[in-house]
Amino acid sequence: MITALKFTLLLLALAFAQGLHYNYIDELDKEAGTVRAVQASQYVSLWPLPQKVKILDLSFKLTSFNIVDAKESSAGSSCSLLQDAYRRYYEYMFGIAKRQGPRKSRLTGPSELTELQVWITSPDSECDGYPSVTSDESYELSVDLPYAVLKAPKVWGALHGLETFSQLVYEDQYGAKSINSTAISDFPRFAHRGILLDSSRHFLPLKVILANLETMAMNKFNVFHWHIVDDQSFPYLSRTFPQLSQQGAYHPYTHVYTPADVKMVIEFGRLRGIRVVPEFDTPGHTQSWGKGQKDLLTPCYSGSKPSGSFGPVNPILNTTYDFMSQFFKEISTVFPDAYVHLGGDEVDFTCWKSNPDIQKFMDQQGYGQDYKKLESFYIQKLLDIVTTTHKGYMIWQEVFDNGVKLKPDTLIHVWKGNQEQYQSEMANVTSAGYKTLLSTPWYLNRISYGQDWHGHYKADPQDFNGTEEQKKLVIGGEACLWGEYVDATNLTPRLWPRASAVAERLWSAKDVTDINDAFNRLSVHRCRMVARGIPAEPLFSSYCPREYKGI
Amino acid sequence: VAAANFGRYTRPKFNLVLLIILQLSLHTVEGVWPLPQSFTSSTERYPLNPKAFYFGYGRQSAAQQDCSVLDAAFKRYFSLIFPDYTSDNLSVSAGQASLNAETVWGALRGLETFSQLVYQDDFGTYFVNKTEIDDFPRFQFRGILLDTSRHYLPVQAILKTLDAMAYSKFNVFHWHIVDDPSFPYQSRTFPDLSSTGAFHPMTHIYTQSDVRRVISHARLWGIRVLPEFDSPGHTQSWGKGQSDLLTPCYRGSTPSGTFGPVNPVLPSTYQFMARLFKEVSSVFPDSYIHLGGDEVDFSCWKSNPDVRAFMQKMGFGGDFTKLEAFYMEKIVNITSALKKTSIVWQDVFDYHERVMLHIWKGTPASYKEELSRMTKAGMRVLLAAPWYINHIAYGQDWRNYYTVQPLNFSGTEEQKKLVIGGEVCMWGEYVDATNLTPRLWPRASAAAERLWSDEKQTSSVDEAFPRLQDFRCKLVRRGIRAEPLHVGHCKHEYQGV
Repeated sequence: MITALKFTLLLLALAFAQGLHYNYIDELDKEAGTVRAVQASQYVSLWPLPQKVKILDLSFKLTSFNIVDAKESSAGSSCSLLQDAYRRYYEYMFGIAKRQGPRKSRLTGPSELTELQVWITSPDSECDGYPSVTSDESYELSVDLPYAVLKAPKVWGALHGLETFSQLVYEDQYGAKSINSTAISDFPRFAHRGILLDSSRHFLPLKVILANLETMAMNKFNVFHWHIVDDQSFPYLSRTFPQLSQQGAYHPYTHVYTPADVKMVIEFGRLRGIRVVPEFDTPGHTQSWGKGQKDLLTPCYSGSKPSGSFGPVNPILNTTYDFMSQFFKEISTVFPDAYVHLGGDEVDFTCWKSNPDIQKFMDQQGYGQDYKKLESFYIQKLLDIVTTTHKGYMIWQEVFDNGVKLKPDTLIHVWKGNQEQYQSEMANVTSAGYKTLLSTPWYLNRISYGQDWHGHYKADPQDFNGTEEQKKLVIGGEACLWGEYVDATNLTPRLWPRASAVAERLWSAKDVTDINDAFNRLSVHRCRMVARGIPAEPLFSSYCPREYKGI
Repeated sequence: VAAANFGRYTRPKFNLVLLIILQLSLHTVEGVWPLPQSFTSSTERYPLNPKAFYFGYGRQSAAQQDCSVLDAAFKRYFSLIFPDYTSDNLSVSAGQASLNAETVWGALRGLETFSQLVYQDDFGTYFVNKTEIDDFPRFQFRGILLDTSRHYLPVQAILKTLDAMAYSKFNVFHWHIVDDPSFPYQSRTFPDLSSTGAFHPMTHIYTQSDVRRVISHARLWGIRVLPEFDSPGHTQSWGKGQSDLLTPCYRGSTPSGTFGPVNPVLPSTYQFMARLFKEVSSVFPDSYIHLGGDEVDFSCWKSNPDVRAFMQKMGFGGDFTKLEAFYMEKIVNITSALKKTSIVWQDVFDYHERVMLHIWKGTPASYKEELSRMTKAGMRVLLAAPWYINHIAYGQDWRNYYTVQPLNFSGTEEQKKLVIGGEVCMWGEYVDATNLTPRLWPRASAAAERLWSDEKQTSSVDEAFPRLQDFRCKLVRRGIRAEPLHVGHCKHEYQGV
């Protein structure tokens, strides 16, 4: 698997390393040596905007440059996460050709920067760990002579700092690289900055998922919410229940994620500071589960006979919970993240209503005709099961709305309604003391003509009526790209750079709201993604120095 | 029967008869897109052995070995039909399929149809069902507009689009090559136009050899290349490399420093245009040329004292549409003298027998009225209004493109005959090489069937849905990033990023 992973890395590096080019900053060269007050336009290459930036009009040439561990760093050459990142960013900045040539040992000029030292300051660098919602992602970057220094308490901050450093490098007309004297101090505004991809409505080949993890890192996203199964297909190959994908995937061999695939996604994400949170949505959205697991779904009735179709998970059978226990036990070992997303959205009650056994159960339990109580009964039992696996859980807002008893550290995922409705939902969830994250304004699968990123950029997850304490319960948000109309053919240009607008809202300070400045910076950022081999679509009529070459 | 002149009045009519060894099977062919005019297939299927399969010229065919178009097409279609050809298949068949066409262009369409009839079973064996097809297009002009000015499209992206066009039987590439934002066409006569008007003078231009490559690639696919040099509006980028071409706008009595449409009052303008169009008409072999003429903003002309003086002299009063018509008339005269037929956007009001009108504006009600009015005046027209495919929306908007009825306007049979076809427009404000292909396909294919197939046989959008789904998977299999219509999967998913 390690070999396969290395091979993928190499492929990606080959595909992406195209070097950088900003024609916007060339003018600064003429002023080299003079130090002036910095203007906003000088942040033009940075996305998302760091918390504190100071760029001087003093530029350094980068001719023979290297990224090295600082002597004092707690993560040395044995930290492969960092070594991989150095190589990745070196190739983004300088391309591959130079690396292979012999290192020139010649005298460097006075305004030449030769080194970036990366210094992990805390005793535990977390190099071999997994990122979590409490990870320290902060970093400080100082670009000055004799060498640039990137200081971060943990490797996660160092990864973000490397991305920022790579964004500061620009090239002149003839490809010579420079960087200006810069001081940056940076940390994320929100801890949970996610992208949801849906691999059930359309199967997404591994390569597409990895390329998007790569792009997420360029945008400082840190959570990949993998909506891996749903009604349409079950591509997750379960070791405990192989029938689920054997019967429930679009194709049992070509349209599945094997355990090795899943491992690769998780490790690829980890190396980029990205958590992988899997979603196994129940009791609704489970049609594909039923194909490989008999008696799991509720048989629907028409009149007094089974109609042959099936509804949500059958909540009244003990076998259901036995299955869920085994299944989530597997999930908790396969996915290292502390959270698992349990779904719980859009449960359709008509099938439950039609089934006489369910009706009998409802009577026994004294639920009357209130099927929300039955849903709560199911979810409650499921949450107990997942609790025994020592995982925290995320759930869609309906579970909260329906009054299910939840553990205090449950994350409520808000996705419904218009602006007024989601803001009042955020207020309700936080006033009940729960942590929450927002997706409603960021359903990027919904497309329209024109620059819809404006709307995504303006939405702020803390804009609702509530106390400061309530606002602190908002841990972030997620951009969702549901898969009804999306597969490998159009996913990447539909996601980027629209998701980048969300990235800045979740990372940068609350007062970073100037849409014109954002347009200028985002245009450069999208061309940078294109230069790195990512087909990020244009914002408006324009050009990139290096246009997308893949077709 | 011979390869006749490219395009214009040849109707590529062909029929395809397949007679090979019999073998019964339960496979039902998902079908061909766009739907042929007459199509009979049975469940009898014949295996195809790539090792033994070949294309040959019929003994009586007017085109024989060395016909560049068909030689190239045979090669192309062999690998399209057998994408993962491995040499360990059994040899089974010994039959023949025959394809008759009046011109090579019809033969190309027939080869495309044949390639869509071939399928593979789960074990990789290729089959084709016993089939008889008699086919011809409903409209002779079936175009796609690409805009290379708002974003530069690398030549590779254009060539790939031409491939995909042929798969949907489109036959005109309308190249909206220049516009306000940039002038990527590298002119032999006026090299400054691109060296100062392109986004970048070296990397964002189409050289003469690029243009030749596009034209010859298109020809081999049976596609005409119709260039558009839009004027007098949409010409900001022209002004950078050609001084005095654009009208200087005035604020009060002094020039404001900005420029408007082409300056119609200077003789130098027409000298320039004559030389430019002389070059363009020799570079682009098609007998049509698109002159634009849309969205002319009169405010700059109004501000300019010289233009106002000219209006007075000509007796146009305050009617600037007369000035526009005066200008267009002169341009049409230039291109007519070069033996080209002009196409102009519908904004050009001065109806003229020598030009064809391109309808692009309005709601269904208003464009139908326009069709009715213009054909009544005897004008030939081309419909684009319902197929502005750059406008995107959530969901299955291909259904709207599919259900267009181009001839459903009030008018006589004679009037209907003046509708020579339609065009799908992909304007470039939000489109470049990163998203062009998935945005164009398979949405444009919906319009392709409307323009090729019989309207009665293709009136049901729900019946079209599974066929189009199948066709989009064929496109993906051929390496075209065609996006999905709805949930589902292709046997071979797109493997790029």
